[in-house]
Amino acid sequence: MFSLSRKDLVALAVFSVVVLTMPIWLAPLGASYPGLMQKFAIYAIFAIGFNILFGLTGYLSFGHAAFLGVGSYTTVWAFKLLSMDVLPAMVFAVIVSGVFALVIGYFSLRRTGIYFSILTLAFAQMSYSLAYSVLTPITNGETGLLLARNDPRYLDAIFGAQADVAGLPQPTLIGNSVSGYTGFYLCAVILILAFYLSQKIFASPFGMALRGIKSNQTRMNYTGFNTRPYTLAAFVISGMFAGLAGALLSITDPLAGAERMKWTESGNVVLMTILGGVGTLFGPVIGAWLIKYFENIFSAINTNMLNNAFSFLPDGVQGFVVTVLSKFVGEGWQLTLGLMFVLIVVFLPGGLVEGFHRFMARLRRRKEAPERVSSTQPAE
Amino acid sequence: MATFRTNRRTLLKGAGAGIVALGAPHIFTKGAWAQNFCNDPTNGKIVFGFNVPQTGSYAEEGLEQLKAYELAVKHINGEGDGGMLNTLKPIALKGNGVLGRKVEYVTGDTQTNTDAARDGARRMIERDKAIMVTGSVTSGEAIAQQSLCQEMGVIYMSGLTHSNDTTGKDKRRYGFRHFFNAYQSGVAIAPFLAKEYGTDRRAYHLTADYTWGWTQEESIKNATEALGWETVATVRTPLGLGDYSQYLTPVLNSGADVLILNHYGHDMVNSLPQAVQFGLRDRQANGKNFEIVVPMFSELMAVGAGEAVKGIIGTSNWQWSLDDEGTKAFTKAYGEAYGAPPSQSAHTGYVQAILYADAVERAGTFYPPEVIKALEGFEFDGMGNGPTVYRDSDHQCFKEVLVVRGNENPSSRFDVLNVIGKTTREDVTYDASIFGGELGPYEPNEC
Repeated sequence: MFSLSRKDLVALAVFSVVVLTMPIWLAPLGASYPGLMQKFAIYAIFAIGFNILFGLTGYLSFGHAAFLGVGSYTTVWAFKLLSMDVLPAMVFAVIVSGVFALVIGYFSLRRTGIYFSILTLAFAQMSYSLAYSVLTPITNGETGLLLARNDPRYLDAIFGAQADVAGLPQPTLIGNSVSGYTGFYLCAVILILAFYLSQKIFASPFGMALRGIKSNQTRMNYTGFNTRPYTLAAFVISGMFAGLAGALLSITDPLAGAERMKWTESGNVVLMTILGGVGTLFGPVIGAWLIKYFENIFSAINTNMLNNAFSFLPDGVQGFVVTVLSKFVGEGWQLTLGLMFVLIVVFLPGGLVEGFHRFMARLRRRKEAPERVSSTQPAE
Repeated sequence: MATFRTNRRTLLKGAGAGIVALGAPHIFTKGAWAQNFCNDPTNGKIVFGFNVPQTGSYAEEGLEQLKAYELAVKHINGEGDGGMLNTLKPIALKGNGVLGRKVEYVTGDTQTNTDAARDGARRMIERDKAIMVTGSVTSGEAIAQQSLCQEMGVIYMSGLTHSNDTTGKDKRRYGFRHFFNAYQSGVAIAPFLAKEYGTDRRAYHLTADYTWGWTQEESIKNATEALGWETVATVRTPLGLGDYSQYLTPVLNSGADVLILNHYGHDMVNSLPQAVQFGLRDRQANGKNFEIVVPMFSELMAVGAGEAVKGIIGTSNWQWSLDDEGTKAFTKAYGEAYGAPPSQSAHTGYVQAILYADAVERAGTFYPPEVIKALEGFEFDGMGNGPTVYRDSDHQCFKEVLVVRGNENPSSRFDVLNVIGKTTREDVTYDASIFGGELGPYEPNEC
């Protein structure tokens, strides 16, 4: 039941190593601090879940951020009402976002293609507006849902945990704080589990059925195959992944804001998946890392830092280079991201993963090439 | 004859006393030893984190604020003409950096989004080792960063944030606000409304449907009803609406003679011109001229609203055309550096950075609890707002609030608002307990 093919096993091993050694290989890139690495892991989970729906069934959901938001709010409420322990909070977040996905999926999946996308977008925007204003007693609106010292926390009260904390209570995993690097490793382990789960889904008959739906749903239906339960299951699973990601966002940083549900966030996860490679295992993860890297590191580069970096150039040239580059960093980080997105969509429709495969194929050809040359040489 | 006999009991007593005696110095010096706090800059660089929206709906105000922060760093480090360092009284800063060392800074983009704001603040604290984070253009950003900074044990000086919650129910020990709030707007504007429009008016509110809009609506409603005004209706409008005609039509037949727009930013830039184009200001209602009030004004919004802003009354935290020494010094320095007069968003950011640096200088240490104590209850003058106090019970600054009116004959693109009066600090001071909330502990967390 837990077995994987040899190829998948290697992929999982490589993936685990890459994820767990993040603090080392991200250091030269200026991104090895817990806050960002947690986001890397969390958004990778979000994108992996999204890819199960979009990559396998071809249903493009434009409202996935709603599930992320629902997961976040549920987690903070679990912290407020039940316990500061992360396990019940995560379980609740996954269940609630699953139920939420079931309801939205039940209605949206009656349509396909662009109509499905618009329906999910409408539901998500509705959730966002509700969270931003109407449901303020539950979501605390613009300010975002925060923890308070005098929250009831009934489970903790029963077990007498966290009774005497000076400041705000912190989320814990069986008594251990999950801030900083601990929080990152928690997210990393969950990311590896999520990756493994997506490998299992990709390799299963269920995954095969989903691929069938993607390539020709009408034909599937004519052969007597009821596709509705399959698409709905994929939608719910993918919603639960998003809920889990939302839960982790609230665990590593106990605040849930309505902006998490905005359509731009839903758009972001689509970008992540397309950038990396739709329908591939690694693609969404790479895409998520890339976008988060741009959002956090590129946006923080200012002219001062550029001037320092190019101080070796002569004065006039330095001024010119800095003026040109400063349009692409800092406040212009979205421009860089947009350009890159256009280039990738035009030249590498399969995303970065396709680029990697092409590159490897070229290497292999070059390696093989000299042999071919030698074999065609006429014998003396 | 004295005999020294030790039994078990005296031995235990003695041992106990000895332990207490040996331990006592440690208790007294504990404060000193405990001073390894988050991002202690004693052996590293002194880094300030400037986290403002550079993209998104409030990018313009965010970028102005960022420029002002960069100017503040220059002045603190003794470059340029020193700006308000020449007018702040009392001042501990010497124009040679903070505690004799130069200040550096990092910047971030909050995207007008609480999640991105917290991501940015965490990067500054965890990677760039910022000792202080500052900047915001919405209350959502400010409150999100403030609560994060409390958890990390890093001081947060908020930028532009007008909601009562920032220093009300969501106040934090590590968060400080120089900007005024919705409650003060209500109190400040009321006497001027009475003077201009009388005490027998019927008001109709259009309110942006989120936390800030609600607190402002409540504050203005209370203040105007105390004047004797009647509130006809309060209608919520969704945030980011482009076309307000469906909300403006009912105003005509509501029997109201004043429209109060609790809108900010793009909402106000859209709703005010549309209300004017609707002909509301040319109307007569209940035998009086129909009036429009925008309680919270900013010059960037006024520029955006164009002609429509002429004659409209509102409140403001600060205005570059004031004629006190601090304002002149800041406007001159900012104008020389960037070629335009600063907005109130720039002003509050600049002041916050200087006040933090000055508090560190006075405390003689970067240790946050000492800096917080130096800021709490600090009385100062010469920052453009007259005598000001940082109240210790909620970390809100108390100072005069300006009542402004859209300029009928602007002499330049920047000359859009006229100051028609100031409401004194005593009048806008309120009891800190009315909003609830708690500040939390002084002791920093390890980050």
